Amino acid sequence: MSTLKNIAERFNLNVVSGDTEREVSGGYSSDLLSDVIANAQKDNIWITLQTHLNIVAVANLKELAGIILVNGRQPEETTLNKAKQENIPILLTELPTFEIVGKLYEYGVKGIKKS
Amino acid sequence: MLNLVKTISKTQELTYELKINDVMDTNFQTVNSDMSVSSLREVLRKKRILGVPVVDNNELVGIVSIEDFIKCMEQGKLGDTVETMMTKDVKTLFADEPLIHAVMKFDEFGFSRFPVITRTDNKLVGIVTKIDIIKGILKKLETAYQDEEERKYRASHIFNDIIADNISIELKYFIEGKNFDKAGEASTGLKKTLNRLGFPPEIVRRVSISTYEAEINIVSYTEKGEIIAYIDSNQIRMVIKDEGPGISDVSKAMEPGFSTAPGWVRELGFGAGMGLPNIKKFTDKMILTSVVGKGTTLETVINLENYNKENKNEEEK
Repeated sequence: MSTLKNIAERFNLNVVSGDTEREVSGGYSSDLLSDVIANAQKDNIWITLQTHLNIVAVANLKELAGIILVNGRQPEETTLNKAKQENIPILLTELPTFEIVGKLYEYGVKGIKKS
Repeated sequence: MLNLVKTISKTQELTYELKINDVMDTNFQTVNSDMSVSSLREVLRKKRILGVPVVDNNELVGIVSIEDFIKCMEQGKLGDTVETMMTKDVKTLFADEPLIHAVMKFDEFGFSRFPVITRTDNKLVGIVTKIDIIKGILKKLETAYQDEEERKYRASHIFNDIIADNISIELKYFIEGKNFDKAGEASTGLKKTLNRLGFPPEIVRRVSISTYEAEINIVSYTEKGEIIAYIDSNQIRMVIKDEGPGISDVSKAMEPGFSTAPGWVRELGFGAGMGLPNIKKFTDKMILTSVVGKGTTLETVINLENYNKENKNEEEK
């Protein structure tokens, strides 16, 4: 599997917080936090357009590998500070969700295995 | 990468914290200035050292190194005494100086060793080399690591270490309604505490997810509430209370996707109607009681029995 760093370099993602040496187990995309809580898996990369502070809490809770913010969205200042404090990687892309998910999937980052 | 940065900063911190007399070699060799160069060679060879301070009548008068000896040999002056070859302008360090001063002097002068003297009476009390500095820092790091390990061990065995027929811990967190900037602090606090107490990651994850969902409900719909976690050796029981509007149809609220979330809550990514089903999914037992106009109480249980059994088996092995 690939590390966040490889992914960031390959898709030109702007890393604004966190340690990118982490391995990525797969991906999950959703803008509903409870849906992410229910269905994302440990070490998944999470693709969302939400920029609020609580995305950090959810990533921390589920031990996600990192968060990709789409459509050129910037994290709020409180979000960024918390992400730095909790060492949660946030990566930014200009691409919309559909495009970045497609590229990641092609690269080998797959969705979760439903048990 | 980040770990490396952390380690360096810890090492740097230690170079300020440690004093030179913490790391210096106090069991060191000295020579007299009237010693012959060939005897000096024997001292260096036998003691396997590359330099030595020169002391006459308990007073530091110079320092000689293997380089001085080689120079002497090249010039064919092996019959001379130590006095003619030693460096007389000796750079020294005080025993009570922080280690960082030594590090800086090593950089500044490029020497391999410094004699260490006392500030009060300039008495030679030790020698410090770069190796001594590294060894000193490593020893300090090791001690810190052992303390950390011992602390971890203690926390994870708290239920075994405390002598009582039954032990329970009560942890209470207050939640402020409508404040999404603070939402998650209670469950994050509980998560950190359980980690410190040494609960397995799977248990900690389930507790923190279920309390997080409950906390978000309190923040979204009520003015205030609280989470209390009761921990004993068999289970973690969580009671989440609020003084909110109450839930009129409890069974409907349990249906996945059913939501009454107002727009501002939905915009933040909450209100998907999965909160209560998620809580149910991640806990072993869940009881929801609600009185409209009074408030809601949610009680959840996560069993530790299976985990304890596995733990016991491990220990017996």
